Amino acid sequence: MTNDLALQAIDLVKYFPTGASKILGRPTNSVRAVDGVSLTVQKGTTLGIVGESGCGKSTLARLVTRLIDPTSGSVLLDGVDITTLSGSDLRKTRRKLQMIFQDPYSSLNPRHSIGQIISQPLAIQHIVPKGQEMARTQELMERVGLNPEHYNRYPHEFSGGQRQRIGIARALALEPTVIVADEPVSALDVSIQAQILNLLENLQKELGLSYVFIAHDLSVVRHIADQVAVMYLGKVVEIGPAADVYSRPAHPYTMALLSAVPVARPSERGNGHRIRLVGDVPSPIDPPSGCRFRTRCWKATDLCAQQEPVLAPDEAGRVVACHFPNEVPVSLGIRPS
Amino acid sequence: MSNTSVLSVRNLSVAFATADGDVIAVDKLSFDLALGETLGIVGESGSGKSVTASSIMRLNNSSSATTTGEILLEGTNILTASEDEVRSIRGKDVAMIFQDPLSALNPYYTVGHQIAEAYEVHHHGVDKSVVRSLVLDMMTKVGIPNPEKRIDEYPHQFSGGMRQRIVIAIALINQPKVLIADEPTTALDVTVQAQILDLMKSLQLEFNMAIILITHDLGVIAEVADNVLVMYAGRIVETSSVSALFAEPVHPYAFGLLGAVTSLEASDRGQLDTIAGSPPSLISLPSGCSFHPRCEFVEFGNGKCVSVVPELRSIGTLGSSTACHLSDDVIVSLGRKAARA
Ligand SMILES: Nc1ncnc2c1ncn2[C@@H]1O[C@H](COP(=O)(O)OP(=O)(O)OP(=O)(O)O)[C@@H](O)[C@H]1O
Ligand SMILES: Nc1ncnc2c1ncn2[C@@H]1O[C@H](COP(=O)(O)OP(=O)(O)OP(=O)(O)O)[C@@H](O)[C@H]1O
Ligand code: SF4
Ligand SMILES: [Mg+2]
Ligand SMILES: [Mg+2]
Repeated sequence: MTNDLALQAIDLVKYFPTGASKILGRPTNSVRAVDGVSLTVQKGTTLGIVGESGCGKSTLARLVTRLIDPTSGSVLLDGVDITTLSGSDLRKTRRKLQMIFQDPYSSLNPRHSIGQIISQPLAIQHIVPKGQEMARTQELMERVGLNPEHYNRYPHEFSGGQRQRIGIARALALEPTVIVADEPVSALDVSIQAQILNLLENLQKELGLSYVFIAHDLSVVRHIADQVAVMYLGKVVEIGPAADVYSRPAHPYTMALLSAVPVARPSERGNGHRIRLVGDVPSPIDPPSGCRFRTRCWKATDLCAQQEPVLAPDEAGRVVACHFPNEVPVSLGIRPS
Repeated sequence: MSNTSVLSVRNLSVAFATADGDVIAVDKLSFDLALGETLGIVGESGSGKSVTASSIMRLNNSSSATTTGEILLEGTNILTASEDEVRSIRGKDVAMIFQDPLSALNPYYTVGHQIAEAYEVHHHGVDKSVVRSLVLDMMTKVGIPNPEKRIDEYPHQFSGGMRQRIVIAIALINQPKVLIADEPTTALDVTVQAQILDLMKSLQLEFNMAIILITHDLGVIAEVADNVLVMYAGRIVETSSVSALFAEPVHPYAFGLLGAVTSLEASDRGQLDTIAGSPPSLISLPSGCSFHPRCEFVEFGNGKCVSVVPELRSIGTLGSSTACHLSDDVIVSLGRKAARA
């Protein structure tokens, strides 16, 4: 069974210390950016991660790619714990795990040509025999839909969508098994977004890649993900097959999130009441007791303040962290499937 | 819908002189806006949406910009009005909110001060306590809890969504006739976006304002717009009522946009439709229809797509117009197909 797992995160925690008040001499506070997250990604599939700004998505991405070290917890890549590796072992293993970023521009060195940018990892990691870097680079460019003749051009000569293709080619150069994509299409126009999503899907089919795909756009994630994890204030509140989570959300936060998405169908305007959350997301420095969502939840009771709901399968087999999950309000207008 | 237009834009063109040549950011744009109407403007990045918006506020009078045409606000041409006239219009009859609520606010003044200032610029000598109560009233209207306390706080003490509410309060304190909202919710989370859109709708009902809503999100358009302008490379390529846009779009670029949108349902339809290529350079626009290098239907355009700039013409039975050379029948049937896909 573990053989089917491309990536596994076990109880990952990341606290960022923040400045304490020197005058009062209080102990240092910390931002609980990721607070006990466990996830699995099956080989050849896509795990989508959604949630609002600041809920810890990017921190989680940086943890699983080991760009930062966790406060505690582990990350297994093909069964190997990468959080304890170092030196050349780490380098070799991490090669299998590549990241694509939101802003393709700031992640590309403006003084390097596209050819250099894509071939650099090839040379450093000795992926192809000496002298074949250029051929391989042009092959990669072609694969992501760039004109290989543009090998000598610089990032500023490319559009946003093309730059994102460059970022993808660079990630593919090391022949990874897992790609973690943090908001890879958020900065792009809809028409260009669709091109990149199609490209990512094709690459997955051809190369058997596994993806962790982070986005705040729920419909983009619906399109690409097999499994979806919904995060709120550093925790996963619901996880499951995309079809289930979207058609029958079990956690109140998931319901609210889905209900807030504007749908491109004016005929449905004003149908049913939408769930409207009140108030703001609480501070991750001092999250609410019990369930972190309770301050904005319309179902909350005393129990929610006292006891933290654990992320576990409910009677219907839905994995959700809520004391009162699963009653889909009819007004949500989501078709049962 | 009432057809007394509060704002008429006629043949608006804006060009910027740059080292590489003239950028034609907006090219002969015309539209009308009625009180109480929400006009959505959609289009790809760089298609001229923001430049159009700032022209209406006469904010892009940089030395490199050449603006021609007419922008008539209840008959007054904003483009030729004196500086004094423009100052008395800006922020009073026409107000604007932007994408980034933080940069719109001054970090050194309390939010109450900033809302009050927006009022006092246009209402001299009003008693401070009267202004304060107007400000409190406005803060309540835009949904700031506990306004008596929050009026004396600074922008950094507010969340992104609350800051955007403050920006809206500043824009609405003078009860403008026209509110221009340029990507007002793009920087916000969806749950907050939903709150802000609700708020804009309810305040529109209360004040009977006209709203120009610029966004790249067709979902937002579907939720709040009455009519829609679709822009491509500085030109209007389609105008439609919101229901017509989604039932029967009338321009190939709009077909592509609808097909490229991801939805909350069905992922089993497989690949998204895409529009091949990327938007053109505004310095050397493609000849004929600017969309032709990316258009799938060029071969049906009787050879005109590459050579003749298509004019906007009315089409179909839903009150739409298109700037496309395809015949009416072809467009309407392709449009219905695109909407169904
Ligand atoms: N290096 C850091 N030091 C201190 N706090 C941090 C650091 N990085 C992230 N945080 C905090 O951790 C929390 C989670 O941040 P993260 O960037 O992971 O959120 P996110 O879900 O990716 O949000 P967004 O959708 O805005 O990208 C936030 O409160 C953020 O301010
Ligand atoms: N001051 C300026 N000088 C030169 N070019 C400019 C200037 N302001 C805008 N432009 C150009 O005019 C075009 C239209 O810009 P505009 O900001 O209106 O686009 P937009 O449709 O609002 O795009 P977005 O969706 O990215 O906000 C762009 O190509 C832009 O680069
Ligand atoms: S556990 Fe309670 S507070 Fe948390 S989401 Fe469920 S009902 Fe709401
Ligand atoms: Mg992030
Ligand atoms: Mg803009």
